[in-house]
Amino acid sequence: MAYSDKVMDHYENPRNVGALDKDSKNVGTGMVGAPACGDVMKLQIQVNDQGVIEDAKFKTYGCGSAIASSSLLTEWVKGKTLEEAQQIKNSQIAEELALPPVKVHCSVLAEDAIKAAISDYQGKQGK
Amino acid sequence: MSLKLPVYLDYSATTPVDPRVAEKMCDCLTMDGHFGNPASRSHPYGWDAEQLVEEARANVAALVGADPKEIIWTSGATESDNLAIKGAAHFYKKKGKHIVTVKTEHKAVLDTCRQLEREGYEVTYLDPESNGLVDPDKFRNALRDDTIVASVMHVNNEIGVIQDIKTLGEICHEKDVIFHVDAAQSPGKVEIDLANLPVDLMSFSAHKIYGPKGIGALYVQRKPRIRLEAQMHGGGHERGLRSGTLATHQIVGMGEAFRIAKEEMAAEGERIQALRDRLLDGVKDMEEVYINGDMEQRIPGNLNISFNFVEGESLIMALKDIAVSSGSACTSASLEPSYVLRALGRSDELAHSSIRFTMGRFTTEEDVDYTIKLIREKVDKLRELSPLWEMYKDGIDLNSVQWAAH
Repeated sequence: MAYSDKVMDHYENPRNVGALDKDSKNVGTGMVGAPACGDVMKLQIQVNDQGVIEDAKFKTYGCGSAIASSSLLTEWVKGKTLEEAQQIKNSQIAEELALPPVKVHCSVLAEDAIKAAISDYQGKQGK
Repeated sequence: MSLKLPVYLDYSATTPVDPRVAEKMCDCLTMDGHFGNPASRSHPYGWDAEQLVEEARANVAALVGADPKEIIWTSGATESDNLAIKGAAHFYKKKGKHIVTVKTEHKAVLDTCRQLEREGYEVTYLDPESNGLVDPDKFRNALRDDTIVASVMHVNNEIGVIQDIKTLGEICHEKDVIFHVDAAQSPGKVEIDLANLPVDLMSFSAHKIYGPKGIGALYVQRKPRIRLEAQMHGGGHERGLRSGTLATHQIVGMGEAFRIAKEEMAAEGERIQALRDRLLDGVKDMEEVYINGDMEQRIPGNLNISFNFVEGESLIMALKDIAVSSGSACTSASLEPSYVLRALGRSDELAHSSIRFTMGRFTTEEDVDYTIKLIREKVDKLRELSPLWEMYKDGIDLNSVQWAAH
């Protein structure tokens, strides 16, 4: 399967790989997907008092498109407010990476991951 | 010798044509060559081509211990499988409508059986054991009074395991069931002596054994004679079993490939096994590495490994300087994990994490050493990226996690 240059770039040089302290009150963690389906994404965001995402890390088990989708997502959410990050749509990711139709589910997973991370953070804040 | 990249380790998908084979084939195409129609009886062009076709038939028969009269040319193993299974099922339909096969068969057999189901036949798909081999007792129990034909592959294309076709064939004959064997992957790798094997029908391919694509053969036993209903009608070629003008150059190529294999298979098998063992030695100390399929009952050139917590497609992408596959070429376009590994009872994760390495005539030690280095580097890199690896390292049992399936 031929991948776009942008997918290859993110796949070969993934941005923001790693982990944040999942027990920290300022960190939200979203883990989506299932090993049986061939994709698991873990996205973590660190949010400051102003509600701005100041750091983001990911780890992904999955195909090149899944890795690229989550890598791109971490770049996009950094510096955004939670409200802004909540607005990110899978179609924007799919378009940016020129994902073929069979790989659109990777971008859906990325959107689910940021929503899950925000929800986890908000839960910790008691909101 | 310098390395040719990507390193080709997909010999079970197809093999390059041996230059000796290509040379013989080229002699059968142009005005200066043996271009005649082997069915032309009225002039030397035809007689000449016919002679080459019969020499090739003898070479194919010799490698597998058959009589040349038992070899029918087809377009490949897929057509042979279709002709064997549909041909027998249709011809002997008065006997019954039941067929037995195995879940790890090639799609050419499985989809042929599906078609017969649509025609009203009943098919039993047996599960192999976890090592990929068929249990003879379970096989025996699956055969019924109305079973017409049983089809079991000789060597599996994904995991390279060798079925005990002698034992399975004897069981078939006890029960008066026709035994078909898909042997696309085995000639030149495993000894085949059809004169002494209880096999009635056997499918062959040329392009897995350094011959050209587009040509294959079906062994149809003569004593006792196995009858088939033709699937291709026309000029009555191949004793009416498969009409169509014989492709002299393809047939000559297959014959030469089988002749070379007979001469060289012993030495070649040893050399390729040493390469396979070298590859295995180079990766087996890595953590969470699983070999798929039995290591004893296995052809020399196949290694199928699951690298746990790394997804197969991304690994293949990372290994772009080696040409490998995550399963069979026929299913690599789909996103499903290998149905062969699933049938062995492998978990979805391990089935998603598998890579098939198949080595052959032109594989070198340098190729293998390069591959080992690349695998180690890339698996480490992808595991650093893998949340599953992180959880495993933290001692979390992945089976205890509630995954949100999508």
